[in-house]
Amino acid sequence: MTDITVQRASEQREFGATAGDFIELLKPRVMSLVVFTGFAGMVVAPGHLHPLLACVAVLCIAVGAGASGAINMWYDRDIDAVMARTAKRPIPSGRVAPDEALAFGVILAVAAVVVMGLAVNWVAAAILALATLFYVFVYTIWLKRRTPQNIVIGGAAGAFPPMIGWAAVTGGVDLPSVLLFLLIFLWTPPHFWALALFRSGDYARAGVPMLPVVEGPETTKRQMLLYTLILLPVAAAPWWVGIAGPVYLAGSLVLGAMFVWCAVRVLRSTDDKPAKQMFGFSILYLFLLFALLLGEHVVPGAV
Amino acid sequence: MTMDDIEERRRRLRGRNWAVFAALIGLVALFYLITIVRMGGF
Repeated sequence: MTDITVQRASEQREFGATAGDFIELLKPRVMSLVVFTGFAGMVVAPGHLHPLLACVAVLCIAVGAGASGAINMWYDRDIDAVMARTAKRPIPSGRVAPDEALAFGVILAVAAVVVMGLAVNWVAAAILALATLFYVFVYTIWLKRRTPQNIVIGGAAGAFPPMIGWAAVTGGVDLPSVLLFLLIFLWTPPHFWALALFRSGDYARAGVPMLPVVEGPETTKRQMLLYTLILLPVAAAPWWVGIAGPVYLAGSLVLGAMFVWCAVRVLRSTDDKPAKQMFGFSILYLFLLFALLLGEHVVPGAV
Repeated sequence: MTMDDIEERRRRLRGRNWAVFAALIGLVALFYLITIVRMGGF
């Protein structure tokens, strides 16, 4: 950090953080997709959950995911400060003290798990705890700075929400919820590598061994295409196990083909534009898939 | 520290206190409602 940054950070700290700074620690944008997929898992699960308890489950998933984000920002504050994308986060910009962020994250993570257990069930609470611990210890602390496979394995943390939603209703783990987990798990690498391709300078400066930094863009692009191809049948699988109808099946194939096409364009190109477009499309892809899944369950007789 | 700085610090502290207050009230209401629902046998 430069002297000016340090000075500005200490000035900010004297004022103290605003409530909004703490909200920012929860990574609200990441949280929205997590909440959406968790909610979808709950809606497609067979059985009934009281609407209030369903709201509590969604709240716990949101708070648990946000808390993991806050702990991640505490641990990664050194590398966040040197990356353009993350330098303005509350800790590197000096608005929130690191210890406060850690305490905030830990308290919220524990509270989310306890409330989920007491109000909904302990299977859902256990998976929520597993997701949080996985994100903090396996992804953030262990893998992120050590291996280019960091987001492949770490992606599991973000794949748990539909499984938590499913467990909130059924009290168990079943094949359909494992398939929804797999869907997000396999979607994560091409999603993150698209970002890493056009931000590889940032990651290299911070010393994070993302695939484009370690193995180069060509290998990354080939891997991205491979994952989008594997994703095609996995995304269609909810139809095979009966939690989705023909509209979802058709949608998943069309969206999957578009995702593959994005990867082919990225593979063929030498500039950043297709990678940026693929990153944007990847978010839309997952959102639309789960929207279709939800939509079919709202319309009677569609599944 | 200027008077403006002190005022800014107070303003932020007040904001944080209100946020904690709102969160606590929300939690009390939430636990009340959860108890009612769970006692209702859902």
